[in-house]
Amino acid sequence: MIQSGFVKLPEMAVPPEDDGPVAELVPAPAAAPSPIRAFLHQRSAGRWADGAFGGLMLVCALSIFAIVLLIVFVLVKNSQLSIHAFGWKFFTGSSWDPVSGDFGALPFIYGTVLSSVLAVAMAVPLSLCVAIFLLEICPRPLRTPIAFLTELLAAIPSVVYGLWAVFVLVPLMRDQVGPVLEKWLGWTGLFAEPNFGVGMLTASVILAIMIFPVISSISRDVMKAVPIHQREAALALGATRWEMLRMSVLRNSRLGIVGAVILGLGRALGETMAVTMVIGNHPEISKNLFAPGYTLASVIANEFSEATGDLYLSALIEIGLALFLVTIVVNAIARLLVWAVTRGESVRAV
Amino acid sequence: MNHFVTVLAVVSTVLVLVPLVAILGYLIYKGASSLNLAFFTHVPAPVGEAGGGMANAIVGSGVILGLASLIGVPVGIAAGVYLAEYGHGTHLGNLVRFTADVLNGVPAIVMGISVYALIVAMQHHFSGFAGGVALAIMMVPTITRTTEEMLATVPHAIREAALGLGIPKWRTVMSISLRTASPGIITGCMLAFARVAGETAPLLFTAFGNQFWSFNLNEPIAALPLQIYVYAVSPYDEWHRLAWAGALVLIVMIMTAVTLVRIFANRGALKGGH
Repeated sequence: MIQSGFVKLPEMAVPPEDDGPVAELVPAPAAAPSPIRAFLHQRSAGRWADGAFGGLMLVCALSIFAIVLLIVFVLVKNSQLSIHAFGWKFFTGSSWDPVSGDFGALPFIYGTVLSSVLAVAMAVPLSLCVAIFLLEICPRPLRTPIAFLTELLAAIPSVVYGLWAVFVLVPLMRDQVGPVLEKWLGWTGLFAEPNFGVGMLTASVILAIMIFPVISSISRDVMKAVPIHQREAALALGATRWEMLRMSVLRNSRLGIVGAVILGLGRALGETMAVTMVIGNHPEISKNLFAPGYTLASVIANEFSEATGDLYLSALIEIGLALFLVTIVVNAIARLLVWAVTRGESVRAV
Repeated sequence: MNHFVTVLAVVSTVLVLVPLVAILGYLIYKGASSLNLAFFTHVPAPVGEAGGGMANAIVGSGVILGLASLIGVPVGIAAGVYLAEYGHGTHLGNLVRFTADVLNGVPAIVMGISVYALIVAMQHHFSGFAGGVALAIMMVPTITRTTEEMLATVPHAIREAALGLGIPKWRTVMSISLRTASPGIITGCMLAFARVAGETAPLLFTAFGNQFWSFNLNEPIAALPLQIYVYAVSPYDEWHRLAWAGALVLIVMIMTAVTLVRIFANRGALKGGH
């Protein structure tokens, strides 16, 4: 019809106006062997398959729940010896002496908390600036490559970070950064000789690099979730870009940003390999950041396979239990905060 | 203030890209100069002897990761299917979703000692099997959550059409929902794989490492990340050289997986409902 649009068609037949007889309803032949009917018939025979399939899916889903319960059970059961021997004093005692069987976890708790908090303190301002840059300032063509590059940081394995830190970061901290810090901030007592390069500060720096992608990508998701009207309203009132960011974006997403930060903290608390390789592995509590330290995760990594005696092993497993409980609480808080802001919108799994 | 923030944001972005470029650059520089054919064909040489490679560790990693995927992928996908198709909005579904998130946050080293206590302590010896199980457990939550999210993007009308034709639910899930969402689910599996491929901490007390060839899952088995760790903290220059080469190989493997996923995802594989 379309092709012959220009050709005048000879006398188009005009359909008659009258209704004509209503099409008769022809009853379907009683037992037509249609494929659908045959399929439906088979279906009743295969009904058990539905139940079995659903059951299998349920079992797999429940296995996740079971695994978590099993982890808790195993950790609690195997740390009984140490829990009974030391009680709460385990977490306040500061001597770690496998020879005389005296175990206190305070130096490790101190090392874990201090290195993680320092790492978060270093990573948060940078992460937020990068998130803002990518979301609001970055020219569009650069946005994807830079986001991709920052996410590559998350894909580098912990042991490779450790390798780099041992051979590049440690000498850098020892020879370049350390002396400068000591010269200008030595009076605080936080940066005092001797500085061997391995120690609390180096561990915190490598941790900061490692948790940066987590905080940055989640806070970007959270900021993205702020409705565009909020931004437009601020701009329409004559706000500059920074005022708009502060008034509408940061204010509305602050809960989620806190969540992202806590999620990064949870990551830092449990990080093992890179920290073990550069923190110096010496259980002491010192306010000097150049001094070597020890963390909960790295004492397990270093001493677990060499632990002699049941009490020693049990004490190490109790440290694992403590680490497990702390990271779960920290992660649960973070998830709830992020979830409250994005309201179930998908946040990338990290 | 406005300009100040702009400048600050640009400067911090540059500052963050510096370590990334430094790490990757140094890794390529050190790794490429240490890589040779022997690295891929020889087992580690004894201390003091030059040469040797990590062939057994590369194969060992492959074996452990294969086992981990064999266990982790089906369980993870099935749990995701449960969350999206059966347990959506139920208390049980929410509980499973929450536990998956909890499991995702468990530190790798804690996973290592748990599997040690569960499997190694029972068997009385380290084994590649225990290492595979530890990595499988770490893969499950990522795969579950991605599968659930991808299934959620499948339009309801498609499912209803299938069910309306009288197709049983299990068949609808397998041939309609999973099939439609399969590119996204494959992406999730690859990401989970890339994530555990570099894990060292869970293998320390399970697979344990081995200086010789080993294909037996019932014995200690070598793994690339473990070998890198042992060599990196050793005092020998020759071993440091091999550690760099190993790190380069490991990272090339992981980056290839991640980049493939990225290309795959951008090609519209994830177009489903986004």
